[in-house]
Amino acid sequence: MTDSTVLKLNGLSKQFGPVVANDDVSLTLNRGEVLALLGENGAGKTTLMNMLFGHYLPDSGTIEVADTAGQLQPLPLGHPQLALAAGVGMVHQHFTLAENISALDNITLGSEPLFSLRRNRRAARRRVEEIIAQSGLNAPLDTPVGRLSVGERQRVEILKALYRQARILVLDEPTAVLTPQEADTLFENIRMMTNDGLSVIFISHKLREVLAFSDRIAVLRHGRKVGEMATSEADETSIARMMVGAETPELASAAMTPGAPVLTMSDVSVAGRSKRDTLNGVNLTVHAHEILGIAGVSGNGQSGLADVISGLAHPEQGLIKVNEVEIDTLSPAAMVQAGVGRIPEDRHREGIVGAMSVAENMIIERLDDGGVQSRGLLRREAMQANAERLAQAYDVRGPGVNAPARLLSGGNIQKLILARVFDRAPQLILANQPTRGLDMGAAAEVGRRLLEARERGAGVVLVSEDLDEILGLADRIMVIRDGELHQTPGRDREQIGLMMAGEPA
Amino acid sequence: MMDILNILLSESFWAASLRIATPLIFGVLGALICERAGVLNLGIEGIFVVGAMCGWMAVWLGAGLWGGVLVAALAGAFFGLLHAILTVPLGLSQHVSGLGITLFATSVSYYTYRTALPNVSSPPRIEPFQPLDLPILSDLPFLGSVLFQQTALTWLALLLVAVVWYVMNRTALGVAIQAVGDNPDSVDAQGLSVYALRMGAVAVGSALMALGGAFLTMSAFDAFFFGMVNGRGWVCIALVIFASWRPGKALLGALLFGAFDALQVRLQTEIGALVPGQVFLMAPYILSIIALVIAARSADYPRALLTPWFKGQR
Repeated sequence: MTDSTVLKLNGLSKQFGPVVANDDVSLTLNRGEVLALLGENGAGKTTLMNMLFGHYLPDSGTIEVADTAGQLQPLPLGHPQLALAAGVGMVHQHFTLAENISALDNITLGSEPLFSLRRNRRAARRRVEEIIAQSGLNAPLDTPVGRLSVGERQRVEILKALYRQARILVLDEPTAVLTPQEADTLFENIRMMTNDGLSVIFISHKLREVLAFSDRIAVLRHGRKVGEMATSEADETSIARMMVGAETPELASAAMTPGAPVLTMSDVSVAGRSKRDTLNGVNLTVHAHEILGIAGVSGNGQSGLADVISGLAHPEQGLIKVNEVEIDTLSPAAMVQAGVGRIPEDRHREGIVGAMSVAENMIIERLDDGGVQSRGLLRREAMQANAERLAQAYDVRGPGVNAPARLLSGGNIQKLILARVFDRAPQLILANQPTRGLDMGAAAEVGRRLLEARERGAGVVLVSEDLDEILGLADRIMVIRDGELHQTPGRDREQIGLMMAGEPA
Repeated sequence: MMDILNILLSESFWAASLRIATPLIFGVLGALICERAGVLNLGIEGIFVVGAMCGWMAVWLGAGLWGGVLVAALAGAFFGLLHAILTVPLGLSQHVSGLGITLFATSVSYYTYRTALPNVSSPPRIEPFQPLDLPILSDLPFLGSVLFQQTALTWLALLLVAVVWYVMNRTALGVAIQAVGDNPDSVDAQGLSVYALRMGAVAVGSALMALGGAFLTMSAFDAFFFGMVNGRGWVCIALVIFASWRPGKALLGALLFGAFDALQVRLQTEIGALVPGQVFLMAPYILSIIALVIAARSADYPRALLTPWFKGQR
């Protein structure tokens, strides 16, 4: 590892309308170094990287990239093609892979002449295999990408960048979709590659992996760089403080004695269209004063479980009781009636109606309530007052309660949903990936509200792919895999990770 | 039953099937290229009309037959490009734009025809493509006389099936077109232009559609009539789903449709006294709907079909 600089960002600024996404950000990256870019959602990390990659044109500032001889050269801005050519590769959070063509085709796409009648597949394959051997990034090359696992797809993404001779690799939240074991393998591979001279910037929310795998940490807040330090000198509290600008309160979760069961599922099976919404003989009980955490790799039946609890699925068999009353016909309305509050996984699509106002979205689950309507007509003042009260209490910020809900940011949409759900004081709360994509402040708020509900006597089913979140909140943890629920013997991270990946515990 | 068997074994029946299938082969291949790139082109019906009119008129004005084919293809590409501009960089609804193109292209063709020939009751005729006598192939028993009766345009259609298959599956361009129809971001991230790929595919696909129309006036008949395209474009839109966006199956689908159509004409003369003629006319369409219902359930749609893509939005 040498100390020669391979990348310099000098005073980059970018404004979208009135919103300042980046303000005078400067960064340097050294050869063979892993730089972690930390920051809350909307802190400007992705915008910064998109400027580096030429997707956005900065309002001011310059970028310099080292050429093959190690000399820093100015990079023309706003040209992805030139960034690629200069050796900058980017792996986006949402994979940019075509699923109907093979991994090899995805890797070579765009690097061979389009209007040639013959392709030199053999040479391309040999090069890709060489890269695989050097980096340890294994993936089947001839299978259509649609049939690869998420981990394999991510490796194909990285191979794509390396095939383009990337010397600087940007990874946008690379572990968001991986099991802990897959994530560890990824970081091992990254280590192998940095030893060969590759430089890596990775964007992450997860403090644990940032501390474990980076050499240096840069923190962004509100579009500005607020701190930079060697990882060896950093600790969780100090980075978290830098990110949110204040001490993040520790979640107090004193043990509580579970009360009566609020949800019982006995031998519930759902034949879904795919693995993600299939359940096989699920048994679970959630008590009052209890948070049950459901850990698992995405697509293992979480959607099926959530659909049953929110009344959307139609189980082939099994018994479901809410508050010890059997529910014979599942429907979303029946579940809401029975006292279930839902925080859906896809908050944009299932949580709100984007075209309707914030105020309307806040009453959407209680339209039969005399408080907001009389004889079928909405009572607009009551609705308005209700919305203003909730917006205040749950800190929903945005262009006002009469603006369309889609104009809110992700975190504020989630606060809107929290307000709607918790205001009804439900006995059972289904929280499906409640903090996915939220910044630390908003995520902490979600956790606080869930604990508050538990205190009040509600039962909570917390479905999450973020093990840290489950370990931090849940009284009891189960693992979902292939549509089956397994009780975990303890709270051991390693063991739960292995169970998620399908190893015998 | 014997009658049907006799029909199915006759050379003329298969020759007719292939003839009827030819414009559909052009059309399905054209639609396939557009949709593989992620753009539904409902302008196909109108582009057929444009191809039929332009090809014929070019020849009538003195161009050679292949000159007419070229004019038809260019005219098709022009209307395809119009559709592409509206739906790709501007991202308008592909349904609305496509239907608009059909109305526009059809009207422009009729208008041009009427302006050029204001006072004729029957359209002037041209000397169309003649059956191609290929030395060895034509001497083959059965197959020889089926193929012997076909013109150069039918041969071109069959050749294009192979060309489109090769380009789609064996060249970098074809892979890029498949990728842009599945996930445009994948193409953009690798530095290729989503717009250029999609617009190019729509223009080329539309040129092929226009060849289907040109076949009608320059090979199947020798003049241009109003209403002569008669829904062939819509049939192609159905066939491309039946074909799961694969050139080989597209050929098969077009041939099946051609065979049904040829069969109904012959059945009509055989047992037309018992059943109203309209039933026979309906038969190919009903059968293609049934085939579509069966095939479409498992169809592997290009994932980005109908979805506009805008640079810098992800």
